[in-house]
Amino acid sequence: MSTRTVTIGYGDTAGVLPETPNPHGPVPADGGGLDARKPTPGDFEAQNYTINFGPQHPAAHGVLRLVMELDGELVERVDPHVGLLHRGTEKLIEHKTYLQALPYFDRLDYCSPLCMEHTYVLAIEKLLGLEVPLRAQYLRVLFAELTRIGNHLLNLGSHVMDVGAMTPNLWLFELREDTYGFFERASGARMHMAWFRPGGVHQDVPLKLLTDIGDWLDVRFPKLFEDAISLVADNRIFKQRNVDIGLVSRDDAIAWGFSGPMIRAAGIPWDIRKSQPYDVYDRMDFDVPVGTKGDCYDRFMVRVEEVRQSMRIIKQCLAELPEGPIASLDRKVVPPKRGEMKQSMEALIHHFKLYTEGFHVPEGEVYVATESPKGEFGVFLVADGTNKPYRCKIRPTAFSHLQAMDFMMKGHMLADTTAVLSAIDVVFGECDR
Amino acid sequence: MSAPYPRYASNDGVIAEAERLLGTRLNGASDKVGEVRLDVARAEIVGALQALRDDMGYQQLMEIAGVDYPDRPERFEVVYCLLSLTRNHRIRVHVATDEANPVPSVTSLWPNAGWLEREVYDLLGVLFDGNPDLRRILTDYGFSGHPLRKDFPLTGFVEMRYSEDEKRVVYGPVKLAQDMRNFDFLSPWEGAEYQLPGDEKARVPESPGAQTPLKADEIKR
Repeated sequence: MSTRTVTIGYGDTAGVLPETPNPHGPVPADGGGLDARKPTPGDFEAQNYTINFGPQHPAAHGVLRLVMELDGELVERVDPHVGLLHRGTEKLIEHKTYLQALPYFDRLDYCSPLCMEHTYVLAIEKLLGLEVPLRAQYLRVLFAELTRIGNHLLNLGSHVMDVGAMTPNLWLFELREDTYGFFERASGARMHMAWFRPGGVHQDVPLKLLTDIGDWLDVRFPKLFEDAISLVADNRIFKQRNVDIGLVSRDDAIAWGFSGPMIRAAGIPWDIRKSQPYDVYDRMDFDVPVGTKGDCYDRFMVRVEEVRQSMRIIKQCLAELPEGPIASLDRKVVPPKRGEMKQSMEALIHHFKLYTEGFHVPEGEVYVATESPKGEFGVFLVADGTNKPYRCKIRPTAFSHLQAMDFMMKGHMLADTTAVLSAIDVVFGECDR
Repeated sequence: MSAPYPRYASNDGVIAEAERLLGTRLNGASDKVGEVRLDVARAEIVGALQALRDDMGYQQLMEIAGVDYPDRPERFEVVYCLLSLTRNHRIRVHVATDEANPVPSVTSLWPNAGWLEREVYDLLGVLFDGNPDLRRILTDYGFSGHPLRKDFPLTGFVEMRYSEDEKRVVYGPVKLAQDMRNFDFLSPWEGAEYQLPGDEKARVPESPGAQTPLKADEIKR
């Protein structure tokens, strides 16, 4: 820690604090024989001081510890300490079969669990060369976008709350609760769904759920969402707290490995769903919003527009959803359903083998990255031909973004930390793994 | 129809272009499972990655992954995952190293390499030469060992508990209430190389045989 010392007092040269009344009368032009740099008795010494932000702070979005060096109220240096939520996920995955490792992905970014699973199942399918039926691909896209909406609702709400507004957060939480209701009806679990499986999805969805999602998107969601956003999008206080805060140029965004809304807010139209489409994203018609300045307000508005685009994608999925199987019929990878097991000996054997030994993945290495709500979420999977991954390296989105905190915060006020942090959209389940 | 993984630009010609660009710095290249892999010598990594960034348009460093292969002479593999926004393509660059020899740091090329290298150092113990801030990042303050090495046990060596005497959390050696259960369901006829429980009964115990007679000077008189 540097300890730059600022001496304030009558020994100081005039001009630093011109209106401070000098109890000893005017200082002569030559300083009266006093050395301005030497503190004299009665002087007040102000040092740069170091404060700890978190790990238990409601605006730290989890367990982030920021060691900040402040000059008065200006931030000079930020040193984020991460890893307080490290659970050794990658080590645990090496000791589980491919299917047993899947639920760990729900627990990475617990605000967008299905998008985490999505990357993992795509990586396994790439290694296996496994085809996925069209209905399963549509269902995965539909629910990945519903997850994106849920994730952005939480982030937008907590962002406005971190800069001082309460109401939108409460309103958006109600909508987020609706999405959890849909997830529960599809998979049986509200948060940790484990619903995407290698080869498709676990269960089919009831028709009533699809019509309910359609009704929700037509009536309830746009009304409440636009209501909540209208409270802040043009709000003078909200803009004062976000416009020109945490500016990131296009070159910086590329050099620091930004992705997702962070790189789009900097003005680069890069969206993996668009440029490297997976599942049926190539059949979807949606726009990629970009920012103009790369500040916190742009990041907020990019996410707002992404929610609207996700609505479009879900509506297209609902309209085009084909009939058919919801998972691959390759019984060496996808286990049969219970009903089939009661009738067929073959199905019983497959079920037993797949839920004890699991399937074998041929030797190979892949790096598969998808567009999670927070940015590029990647899985580097090394398979050695057995039923367990040899190595599963998870690329969290937050690592690149949080690392850039230091230069994004330089020269900003302490109170801007929360705005910058919220606009990064960091979740520590994913960052610390 | 093939597997629905993210489809980026074709790999055609990428290896030939990399061979032209890197020349002898390239140790090997392959195109497997739809991904291009380049192998680069450890000492050349910074120059090679700079050439890939500046001349082939791989602008972003998305990930540095470490993999441990204890059987190899150089046990660690460091994997740089690069992304090109302009070509819409990804490649991986692999470098081999061991515990003692550091890999040159690429923080001069990409500032975000700082934390990525710290993570590989923390979890695997790979050293990076030139990283200005090579501290641990994910494990606890004062942690020792590198948990993602294959010889590091899943349970770890220490566990944390709250000490009523000291009124704080303390570390102690790990105590398991029951044996660590690591089920491995690999079929015995599909590659499992361990003994299944009960198999030891099938083996006939070796007879101990007669005692070796003592030599003359060993006999106590």
